[in-house]
Amino acid sequence: MLRALRLRLLPLAFAACAASAFAAGTARYTDSGPEPLLANVFEQIEANKWEAALRQTEDLLTAYPNFRLGNLIKGDLLLARSKPLKTFGEGAIGGQQLDKVADLREEAVARLKAYKSKPTADYVPRYLLQMERDQKFAIVVDTQKARLYVYQNDKGTPRFVADYYISHGKLGSEKLKEGDKKTPIGVYHVTSSLPRQKLTDFYGSGAFPINYPNEWDKRQGRNGHGIWLHGTPSDTFSRPPKASDGCVVLANQDLDALSKNLQIGLTPVIISNSIEWLSLDDWQAERQSLLSMIDEWRRDWESRDTDRYARHYSNKFQADSQGLQAWIEQKRKVNAGKSWIKVATGDISMFRNPGKEEYVVVTFDQDYKSSNLSNQMKKRQYWIKEDGRWKIIYEGAA
Amino acid sequence: MLKFRDFPCRKTLLAIAFAGCAGLSLVSLPARADNLQDSQRFLKQGQHAQALEQVDKYLAGKPKDAQGRFLKGLILTEMGKTNDAIVIFTKLTEDYPELPEPYNNLAVIYAQQKQYDKAKQALEMAIRTHPSYATAHENLGDIYARLASQAYDKALQLDKGNASAQSKLAMIRDIMSTSGNTGRPGAKPAATKPVAAVAPVAEAKQAETKPIAAPEVKPAAAVPVAAVAPVATPVAEAKPAPEAKAAVEAKPAATSGDANAEIAKAVSAWAVAWSKKDVKGYLGFYAKDFKTPGGESRSAWEAERQKRITKPGAIQVSHENLRVTLDGADRATVKFRQHYKSASLKTSSNKVLEMVRRDGKWLIQQEKIGT
Repeated sequence: MLRALRLRLLPLAFAACAASAFAAGTARYTDSGPEPLLANVFEQIEANKWEAALRQTEDLLTAYPNFRLGNLIKGDLLLARSKPLKTFGEGAIGGQQLDKVADLREEAVARLKAYKSKPTADYVPRYLLQMERDQKFAIVVDTQKARLYVYQNDKGTPRFVADYYISHGKLGSEKLKEGDKKTPIGVYHVTSSLPRQKLTDFYGSGAFPINYPNEWDKRQGRNGHGIWLHGTPSDTFSRPPKASDGCVVLANQDLDALSKNLQIGLTPVIISNSIEWLSLDDWQAERQSLLSMIDEWRRDWESRDTDRYARHYSNKFQADSQGLQAWIEQKRKVNAGKSWIKVATGDISMFRNPGKEEYVVVTFDQDYKSSNLSNQMKKRQYWIKEDGRWKIIYEGAA
Repeated sequence: MLKFRDFPCRKTLLAIAFAGCAGLSLVSLPARADNLQDSQRFLKQGQHAQALEQVDKYLAGKPKDAQGRFLKGLILTEMGKTNDAIVIFTKLTEDYPELPEPYNNLAVIYAQQKQYDKAKQALEMAIRTHPSYATAHENLGDIYARLASQAYDKALQLDKGNASAQSKLAMIRDIMSTSGNTGRPGAKPAATKPVAAVAPVAEAKQAETKPIAAPEVKPAAAVPVAAVAPVATPVAEAKPAPEAKAAVEAKPAATSGDANAEIAKAVSAWAVAWSKKDVKGYLGFYAKDFKTPGGESRSAWEAERQKRITKPGAIQVSHENLRVTLDGADRATVKFRQHYKSASLKTSSNKVLEMVRRDGKWLIQQEKIGT
């Protein structure tokens, strides 16, 4: 009977309660979106308070009329009054609808889980090692959780400010090639802003392309293009967790809120399968160890001792189609002609790649002065861990 | 999907509607009553214009008459003048808030217009005035199903245009039977108290509180307070009634205890007969002088009960928290919570049976909803 419906819904709620290491604690964020109301509805269902559950579902739909998940729950709650329900969305199942109901169930689980496990202040995504001064915000996406987190740059320390439900590729993540309907995993940034007027309804309130494939992706032979953060068509509030051709899709109201914080060409967008979280202490330690490696590299360059300098580079290093040996030999010649070198690094940013490939994207202002040449540039390096030591695998102008 | 009962008998319905509403009409002059009957006949024959003319004549003399206005509402609905019909039924609900029929018909019209939320509200009002009003319960069940279907369509972005067109026709048939099946405006509103009749709520309550029956034995009977074993069925599923019987029988007791046990046994047997759809057995539990709920004749009431009980699909009736108050040796007031479940309806409500002992058998003299 009705009880059966509850039993089916319960595992859903239970899954949601199995929060990650950081069960909700601090309330620094502002609750937005349908999650708080949705969580209330499920609480009432668990408590067998059907009338209240239906009332709150109706409140939810007043606020979000196109929220398909809310409509599905409303259907269940109404149908449960006249006939026994055995499964979530049962009345809607029939013919081709199984997949759609399964999608909505996934969305419910994703939303509730995320709502019940907000990040706390003393943990940060491992990837945000250091933001540069002008980067006001950073975006971190967790595709498995169907969630996008916004962090503010608080004098170098990332502070959680908001999170939103998102959809990603129909066929998951780790994009490799054009048309694979997957979302790339890596460190990117927004490259431009496409206003609603230039787009079809499909993209909702706007779009922000990101720089996939980045240098690393290209080195790995990955291709494809047109990976965007974008909104939702007008006939629905949100799309299922796995729905896009590779883009990261937000509800229009969320994209609008997010867009206020996006700086074109600057705001990092880090897409992960599953965010790794570090305590602030561990984060600080990791950050310091890498910063000191970068400083060591800088001082070794100044020393004009090419062998000391060369130990910072991976065997797999490549730059301007040169392999490591050729490149080192060239450096050796250049260094021989100099009587002194001064290198200053400023405004360093460091973002760890979230994928299986362990590397950190380091970007900084390089001020190079020597006895016969001076040069200022923005430099980008990819540092990887090789035999327990950080080494540079790629470097070039940013 | 939605199931609709098919009651073709408009004749019965109008006749009963007449009987039902008669209580409210003021003393009616024969000539005017003729107008009303003519109007009903014309409506039955599908001659709407004439029906309207006659009912207007009738109402000219009795502008406030509920029965005439109700009939006019039906005629206008048949004529497709739904907005006018809505005005009439709405006004009736304002003037006679204790009548469930206008609410119900209003709901049916709203449902035709796919204004399911309004329909739901109207039906909830009908049930508030008469918790036992089965047609309203059934219609409400349909409305829930439709609202559910609407919600599912929105959830999955489906287009079910055809399905709703079908159910619209079905609703028109439904309005025919509406006033006929449960015409009981004679019942005093005071006699019935609103109860939460919608299944989920009742069930939730049940799960939380274990019913404890406090034996109510009148001191006048001057016998030991032994008596009724609490028949607690805190399970959501309807329990077969015999269990209650067993529990009661297990208590041997003095005279009043015997009476209590006999009554409990009779109530259980009544519920079993009902559940088994044994119409003859069921009707056998009603005393010769049973006061029919709408004041209709015994035979009309029996016919209506028969029709209802023999509808397709299983019926489950059970009770819990039985309390017996004896009034002398042969009279008793019996209160309990009744759980009713059929193919189309599931409700829990408080029931009061006035029972009398005739030839050693406890029979129902009056059946009420309330506390």
